[in-house]
Amino acid sequence: MTWSWQGDGTVILVAMLAGCACALVGSYLVLRRMSLMGDAISHAVLPGLVIAFLITHSRGIGAMLIGAVVVGILTALLTQMVARYGKVEEGAAMGVVFTILFAIGLVLIRRATDHVDLDPSCVLYGNIAHIYADAFHGTPVALKNLAIVFALNLVFVVAFYKELKVSAFDPGLSSTLGINANLMHYALMILVALTAVVSFEAVGSILVIAMLIVPPVTAYLLTDRLGIMLLLSVVFSGLAAVMSHLAVIAFPVWFNTPIQPDTSAMMTVFAGLFLAVAIVVAPRRGLASQAWQHMALRLQIRREDILGILYRFQEHLGDETAAAMPTEELRRIFGHGPLTSYALRSLRRRRLTVKIGGSSLALTEKGLHRAERLIRSHRLWETYVAQHSDLPLDHLHEPAERVEHFIGPRLETALREEVADPQADPHGRSIPSGHPEKND
Amino acid sequence: MNLLSKQRRLPEAADQHHDPRAPISIHDMTVAYHRRPVLWDIDFAAEEGRLIGIVGPNGAGKSTLIKACLDLIPKASGSIRIYGKPYKKQRQLVGYVPQRESIDWEFPINALDVVTMGTYGKIPWCFPPRKKHRTAAYEALEKVGMAEYAHRQISRLSGGQQQRVFLARALVQDAQLYLMDEPFAGVDAATESAIIALLKDLKARGRTVLVVHHDLQTVKSYFDDVILLNMRIVASGPTATTFTEENLRKTYGGKLTLLVEAAEAIARGGQENR
Amino acid sequence: MIRGPVMLLVLPALVTVGVIATATFGGDELRRVLSLADYNTRIVVLGTTLLGAAAGLIGTFTYLRKRAMVADALAHATLPGIAAAFLIVGQKEIVPLLVGGAIAGTLGVLCVMGLRRIPRIHEDAAIGIVLSVFFGIGLILKSAATQLSMGDQAGLDRFIYGTTAGLIKQDAWLIGMTAVLILLTVLLLFKEFRLLCFDAAYARSLGRRVRVLDLLMMALVVITTVVGLQAVGLILVIALLIIPAAAARFWTDDLATMTWLSVEFGAASGFVGALISGSYANLPAGAVIVICAGVLFFFSMGFAPERGAVFAWWRRYALRRRIGRQHVLRALAEHEERYGNLATLPLARLQQTRSWRASELRTLIYRCRAADELTIDPSDNIRLTPTGRVRAHRLLRNHRLWELYLIRYADVAPTHVDRDADQIEHVLPASITVELERLLAEKQTAIPASPHPMGDVS
Repeated sequence: MTWSWQGDGTVILVAMLAGCACALVGSYLVLRRMSLMGDAISHAVLPGLVIAFLITHSRGIGAMLIGAVVVGILTALLTQMVARYGKVEEGAAMGVVFTILFAIGLVLIRRATDHVDLDPSCVLYGNIAHIYADAFHGTPVALKNLAIVFALNLVFVVAFYKELKVSAFDPGLSSTLGINANLMHYALMILVALTAVVSFEAVGSILVIAMLIVPPVTAYLLTDRLGIMLLLSVVFSGLAAVMSHLAVIAFPVWFNTPIQPDTSAMMTVFAGLFLAVAIVVAPRRGLASQAWQHMALRLQIRREDILGILYRFQEHLGDETAAAMPTEELRRIFGHGPLTSYALRSLRRRRLTVKIGGSSLALTEKGLHRAERLIRSHRLWETYVAQHSDLPLDHLHEPAERVEHFIGPRLETALREEVADPQADPHGRSIPSGHPEKND
Repeated sequence: MNLLSKQRRLPEAADQHHDPRAPISIHDMTVAYHRRPVLWDIDFAAEEGRLIGIVGPNGAGKSTLIKACLDLIPKASGSIRIYGKPYKKQRQLVGYVPQRESIDWEFPINALDVVTMGTYGKIPWCFPPRKKHRTAAYEALEKVGMAEYAHRQISRLSGGQQQRVFLARALVQDAQLYLMDEPFAGVDAATESAIIALLKDLKARGRTVLVVHHDLQTVKSYFDDVILLNMRIVASGPTATTFTEENLRKTYGGKLTLLVEAAEAIARGGQENR
Repeated sequence: MIRGPVMLLVLPALVTVGVIATATFGGDELRRVLSLADYNTRIVVLGTTLLGAAAGLIGTFTYLRKRAMVADALAHATLPGIAAAFLIVGQKEIVPLLVGGAIAGTLGVLCVMGLRRIPRIHEDAAIGIVLSVFFGIGLILKSAATQLSMGDQAGLDRFIYGTTAGLIKQDAWLIGMTAVLILLTVLLLFKEFRLLCFDAAYARSLGRRVRVLDLLMMALVVITTVVGLQAVGLILVIALLIIPAAAARFWTDDLATMTWLSVEFGAASGFVGALISGSYANLPAGAVIVICAGVLFFFSMGFAPERGAVFAWWRRYALRRRIGRQHVLRALAEHEERYGNLATLPLARLQQTRSWRASELRTLIYRCRAADELTIDPSDNIRLTPTGRVRAHRLLRNHRLWELYLIRYADVAPTHVDRDADQIEHVLPASITVELERLLAEKQTAIPASPHPMGDVS
């Protein structure tokens, strides 16, 4: 298929506008833990559309919008009512309300089928292919409408940034500040309904739900700041639109089939892919980073344990000159796994240990310093715990063994101040002095 | 969580730290949420037939201790034995009274049904509770003075009455060891004295009861032993000698700030300190 | 509250109401449908009734486990499975399609559970993500099937919207078997499901495998959803899983009764809905079934005894009225305490003691007079009758004892005390009552005036 700016460009623009408009309001739905309200409203507006159509006998956007907004508010109201007066859990209340409204919509459509050309499918799937065709006869209506809705959402989100923020974070607080959280709630619902209805024609309700939820969640995983989250979610929506349409064009070529998937359906898949990637690579919280940190920490602990044992060995011998310990002995203590091997290698690489006689290991000057710091932390902690609780002596070593790796200079100084006599630990061994400020 | 459980000991060796006669013995247990330790190195063994209070400030890990004993949350390290065996093999011996907040009060269930649940542990899968179980449940309700409310839905009971129902559920389990998470929270005076009478009765029958408690004034009159907890056991033992001003100051005072800091450091993985 | 044999009558009663309603509004072909003479009609009615019953049964437990909306994700997630099976098998044989749907649905549920474990992704978002992304994939596969002209698109569309009228014997069999399977499981595991839904932590402490039970429950929901897809479509099958259970909850506080009612509500919706849609031209059965269930729900929410909105409103009104009457009597008792028995109190002064509206106070006084508690003369002076005096002084004493109690035991959560109880002795142990009475006596000798002198009270 050949690229045409007029056709494909318009389709991409429409998909982008729809996606970005959804992502803006969707971010707040996600933060308020009301994502399913997007789902509920986009299903429930069906009867609103049909009734508007039956009254005005036109598919004009104005009537549709009014119908959708009325039913959107009704959905939110009814859900609140069922949850409050019926003591039904919020999610279930939503389920009750939106399925009933959807059913009413289906009945209305079928009853009116004689004089109406409305297909529930067009609400579910949208018809982005039409837009492609329309684009060659001037600007498609959907494009104009979507641009307006996107602008509206943007203005709303920017203008009421702090109000939305506080009412999403803490409705109670916002009320005391004079910001009516309920009002913000309904304003948001109206925008969701508007966005949903305008997007339906182009991209269908499922894409609306996807774009309301998936890009904001993706962004939420990547940042801690609301503003950046909004920005990122818009970027992801736009990116999903571009990439999905390109994929749709490329699909028949790559896979050598006549099948050409729908851009809007493809967009949900791309949004899902982005999310999957974010789950894996998100900084700090991502699975990859967690696994990496975990490994790095285990390696560090293993290295420090080796240093510690070398130090104690040396202390035991009472020999200032480097006492060497056979590598085989170390492997026996710490296990023969790859972690130990790697730890041994990295100790040598960092010049903390040095090989002596081919198969033995000794501390270098630098290694000695590091080990001293570690042992100091260990014994300070033992002393601290012994002085502040009645743990028996033989219970002191293991806790300290765990904590020693995490005691930084600041905590060490604090410990030194807390401990009455920072010369000897409870077992009577000396606590190495050294230079806590020296940080290598 | 294996970061925190650097046990180089063989697993069987754990048993040597536990007295098989102790209703519950905890050895070197650490519990962490998201890598942040909330309980450190807990070592404790209970004596049989005692009422034991667990006391400490908010966030000291009192409920966590109870939940860890019941395997409801994973331990980072350490082991727990109930009469010398792991909890999994001794469930029959342990009764549990959860915190009020964890209950869905709107659930369609009446007091008698709740208490009958206490017998479920003795009934195999797929078999319904029988008459004798229901009778036992009813008797337990009578014991807590709630028999006349047996068929009331639980949301229509007062706070004290609800607490008594959950106590009856633990009673009907006929356990040797009871773990109770704040049974006195939000109850009226009548219920409080009814509960304490029950606890004394349990004790008279040789049962051991661990109670998370928040009212320092009543500790001395209610409990034989006390555990002063603030992320780790500050002191434990007979109330008369343990519940001292000095120990209380240690528990509630600021001396433990370094524990909190160390917990933070571990949660961060120590990177920022290095 | 509904209990006992009445429960058995719910279904016939609902069906009768449904039939009468349909007849009244003149279904075009009601007679033909009602007689069930038509083989096709029999199949359809049987199928939807059984589906309603099965969904109502398992729905009770998902509703109480607070997993109702997981069904939403699940139902949408079946589409890619069905479409993929269609692409692979390439025929309209129903069983492979349903198996495909079940696999994808299960995957969807597992995805929801997995996503929920990731920090910052909450239950609602997890459900939304799964339902939209899975459905998107489903749409791609579906359009592939269409474009390869492997079959009419309607072949797959029927799973989205349902084609109730197209149910065949085989479908009814499938639904029936599902219903029996769920019934057997629930009968066997009723105890476990109850424990799981009420208090999962306690279930774990008793050694029940909570995860196994949860998976089993979700598996039953998956099967119900999949066999229900053809009958009512994937969006409306969610309704059948939620609405009957939510409606049943209003009528009872007993789980077994609720389960049974939910089955009856589901079955009645299925039966009456199929009936109505069969009697009129151009009514999609699935939607009508859901609307029937919805009518039941809103009726239950409004008019169920005790939990229904109307009754709740009435209870609040009655309580306010009772408290109002108590206030009137107490004001009169305090007045008498000050000015001696038989003292009369002008209406205007009574009104000052509280923020009463005139009409409200008049109603209260009228009710007190009807109960022979006071008399009011033409110039609006009020006086207690002997009956009223006894009651009023008892009320006053109780009120003061409670006040003392709350002052003395302020640390005890006062919200848990039923202050409206007639006699304080019934609620508090005797020792405390005696102590309070002693305190009250002391206080009254020390401070002669009552704690709420007339006029001070706002």
